[in-house]
Amino acid sequence: MNPLTPRIKMPSQASVGDVIEIKTKVRHPMETGWRKDGNGNAVPRNRINWFVCSFEGNEVFSASFHSGISADPYLVFHNRVAGAGTYTFEWHADDNSVLVASVPIEIINT
Amino acid sequence: MKQQTISLSRRQVLLYGSAALALTSIGSLWAVPAQASPKDAKQKLAELTGGAEISKGRIHITLPKLAHDGTRVRIKIQTDSPMTPDDYVRAIHILGERNTLPEIASYQFTPECGKAELITRIRLAKSQTIVAAAEMNDGSVYIAKARCNVARGAGGCG
Repeated sequence: MNPLTPRIKMPSQASVGDVIEIKTKVRHPMETGWRKDGNGNAVPRNRINWFVCSFEGNEVFSASFHSGISADPYLVFHNRVAGAGTYTFEWHADDNSVLVASVPIEIINT
Repeated sequence: MKQQTISLSRRQVLLYGSAALALTSIGSLWAVPAQASPKDAKQKLAELTGGAEISKGRIHITLPKLAHDGTRVRIKIQTDSPMTPDDYVRAIHILGERNTLPEIASYQFTPECGKAELITRIRLAKSQTIVAAAEMNDGSVYIAKARCNVARGAGGCG
């Protein structure tokens, strides 16, 4: 498995109107740019600065991270289920790399 | 004679010792990036919220009183909001009063979130007070503060 694969934990089924919990974690060093390597050279800054969660193309939640967020950013948030569809998660880093993950959700009638 | 030698060497030790101490403190000032103060955090918050009036309440922080490792401290933020299209939390900001950069993260919510609540892990350079601010859709701002003592800070990270 690619070590950079984001990990997402959320229910695969829910009823319309349910508020679900979404747990996300991605492997990333979150370099602040202030640390020095063994030779005394500054380690270049590389952080995930922007996280966005969309449902069926509509942005529902986003976050901007600064140096105060730990390595391997972990984030738990919520969403109200509007219907069956796909949640897309994107992590944008300072080096312009983007990690993308998507998770579908099904509707169950209770 | 022996007595004199001892007193001289002690004086030298004190002299060199204090000089060395002064040098180290200057050196560490240069080596460590500038550190924020509670005033900086307050200023940053005013910048983020557009200078809105700040009240207390409607937001709660769960943070350990003591963290052994400052590189990852779990923080939970909850708000009292129905999260309806007429009354919802627009954003939550987290600031650290003694980190290198006071801003830690900002979260943008929509009424579709259902709950303005989050859990994350933050870096703390040293023992400090964390400020969490909730920006409501009408522009009002509510804050809460929590103190965390850090045994081993996130050196050079914060």
